[in-house]
Amino acid sequence: MIPSLKAVVVTAAAAMLATPTAAFSQGTLQKVRDRGQLVCGVNTGIAGFSAPDDKGNWTGLDVDFCRSVAAAVLKDAGKVKFVPLTAKERFTALQSGEIDLLSRNTTWTMSRDTSAGMTFTGVLYYDGQGFMVKKDLKVAAAKELSGASVCVQTGTTTELNVADYFRRNGLDYKPVVFEKLPETIAAYNAGRCDVFTSDVSQLYGVRLTLGNSEEHVVLPDVISKEPLGPAVRQGDAQWANIVRWVLFAMINAEEAGISSKNVDQMLESTNPDILRLLGKEGEFGKGIGLDNDWALQALKQVGNYGEMFERNVGQGSRLKIGRGLNALWTEGGLQYAPPIR
Amino acid sequence: MARGESDAAREARPGAWRERLASLVFDPRVRGIALQAVLVVAIVAFAYEIVSNVTDNLARQQIASGFGFLERTAGFDISQRLIAYSNTMTYGRAFLVGLTNTLLVAGLGIVLATFIGFAVGIARLSSNAVISSLAAIYIEVLRNIPPLLMLFAIYFAVLKGLPDPRNSVVLPFSSYINVRGLTVPKPLMAPGFDAFAIAVLIGLGLVAALAIWSRRHRLATGRTAPVVPLAVAILLGAPAAAYAVAGMPFTFEAPTLGRFNVTGGLTLLPELVALTTGLTLYTAAFIAENVRSGIEGVPKGQTEAAAALGLSRAQAMRLVIVPQALRIIVPPLTNQYLNLTKNSSLAVAIGYPDLVSVFSGTILNQTNQAIEVILITMAVYLVLSIATSLLMNWFNARMALVER
Repeated sequence: MIPSLKAVVVTAAAAMLATPTAAFSQGTLQKVRDRGQLVCGVNTGIAGFSAPDDKGNWTGLDVDFCRSVAAAVLKDAGKVKFVPLTAKERFTALQSGEIDLLSRNTTWTMSRDTSAGMTFTGVLYYDGQGFMVKKDLKVAAAKELSGASVCVQTGTTTELNVADYFRRNGLDYKPVVFEKLPETIAAYNAGRCDVFTSDVSQLYGVRLTLGNSEEHVVLPDVISKEPLGPAVRQGDAQWANIVRWVLFAMINAEEAGISSKNVDQMLESTNPDILRLLGKEGEFGKGIGLDNDWALQALKQVGNYGEMFERNVGQGSRLKIGRGLNALWTEGGLQYAPPIR
Repeated sequence: MARGESDAAREARPGAWRERLASLVFDPRVRGIALQAVLVVAIVAFAYEIVSNVTDNLARQQIASGFGFLERTAGFDISQRLIAYSNTMTYGRAFLVGLTNTLLVAGLGIVLATFIGFAVGIARLSSNAVISSLAAIYIEVLRNIPPLLMLFAIYFAVLKGLPDPRNSVVLPFSSYINVRGLTVPKPLMAPGFDAFAIAVLIGLGLVAALAIWSRRHRLATGRTAPVVPLAVAILLGAPAAAYAVAGMPFTFEAPTLGRFNVTGGLTLLPELVALTTGLTLYTAAFIAENVRSGIEGVPKGQTEAAAALGLSRAQAMRLVIVPQALRIIVPPLTNQYLNLTKNSSLAVAIGYPDLVSVFSGTILNQTNQAIEVILITMAVYLVLSIATSLLMNWFNARMALVER
């Protein structure tokens, strides 16, 4: 049996045998505090979102979000244990209590939010599914792909989107489905498929790893909405609130111009919005069971949303993805957080 | 305790019921039944506890449960289908597609691995040093490499070795070989196909009858009748005659080279080739060892006796040694068949749509019903394994030495 299937079986078995009191009656916040560590489920390796660097440290947008939550809850962004998960394993890992937080480029969909025992707490990255093809096929648009072979990774919304897209447009295609990303890419690179399809952000990341990245092109078509966000177990409102408001705090901080560099000066600010966010005014930490410096710690140690974005996927990274839909609402994007008051 | 009327006399004696109770308590048969009843109750209670616990936990976590999802539309596509399937059909149908794909690769693998395993196992015992050491190298190398690594190596070697579709190797009868597989013309049924199929079946029936008659004839007279040419003539002649009479009972859909792929026709996917090859070579190494030990387990006197009867080495092997060796070979052979079937779940790593890939991969993820999906998957492998075991046990019983 393959290792990941084994993991699914083991977690399913654990879910069967766990007594109701063991995993669910105690709040996740208390569990994290007792443990002194946040256990965060991340991707096994996807450039810009979660991948180990050459020194073995996890880096990426999803990873940084885990660190923000750890900083807010435990006052130390380093107290995170990262659990790399395949697409197939991730939900079982969250449902069974193996991880506290799933931050693994996961698309927020209705069925996942309502009938899979999970609650999504916001959108960390607005993405959409696209196609990458070899340049020498001279394909300009996705509608020309009739009859093509398409490499897909299983366990994702991708598989269904691509079927829907070709069905909607009355086109024919041949799927080749792999369990893990490396094999999917290797098969695409070996010519097994004409097309590799995934979320656009991932396509740019994969393109860089192909070696001959100039020979591949990402088509302009975006065929789906993929709001990627963190998720927690359903039924723990306090923990969901913490994760939700850490993300909102990151976004509000960028809007207010608070970054990891100027956060100490900002404590002297006269702007009440900033003082509330940094915990100098009001008792907002109490509402989510944390100390009042929760957002301050996260900002100081990890930075605001814009900093995380630029460092991992934006201009400060190899991916050089523009802000696009992920710009603040004040700059024509979709990132908008409710106010802290 | 019921008091029978007939026991009235004994019952009248004071303290009799106590004696009877004591005799029941110390009766090993009664004790055995009581203990087993307790065990059954305990197991049922344990199972009930697990099921109700799971249901409660799932409901508490708001995770959908039940098997209703099998009726819902699947919506995704599968690259290899042995039964009709499209993405508008149900999850249940997709499950069957995955199951038939698993059965295909397991069936092909078992047949091929048996042939290769027997050949290598016998070669291992060859008196020719080159042949026996080649067989030894095959066995030692292949059975010591993890099957997953072998699959990757074979799969990517297959992909690297074949040209892209636009540079396809064109074979006769408008067939193509490229990195997407081997595509051959697809036979389509035409009017008169029924007659053709019936003719083929009649031909097969005649050959079977011929085989039975020839065996009886040999046992009765001690002579072999020259039936092989006749059998070949029937096998080829019956369909050919039917084909001519029915007037082309099927036509062929020839594949054509499109912009991206060869379209139409029947395609043998590289994933199936790589998976079958990998599983076959891996399992054959183990079977070869079973065969070797089985043959070595037959006393040397049997070989000498066969030689004394004037049988050639090949005849001695076929008629004397192997039938006796089978009794030793079959039980471990069953294990290898089970291993091969279970190892076929490695398919998902190289993109072959087997049961694990389709059902406990895509469907599990789309429905989020891990427990139901994993339970069904495990049940399927269990049923397949038990069926294989039963079949092999039956075969083994037939092979057993009949002692008179």
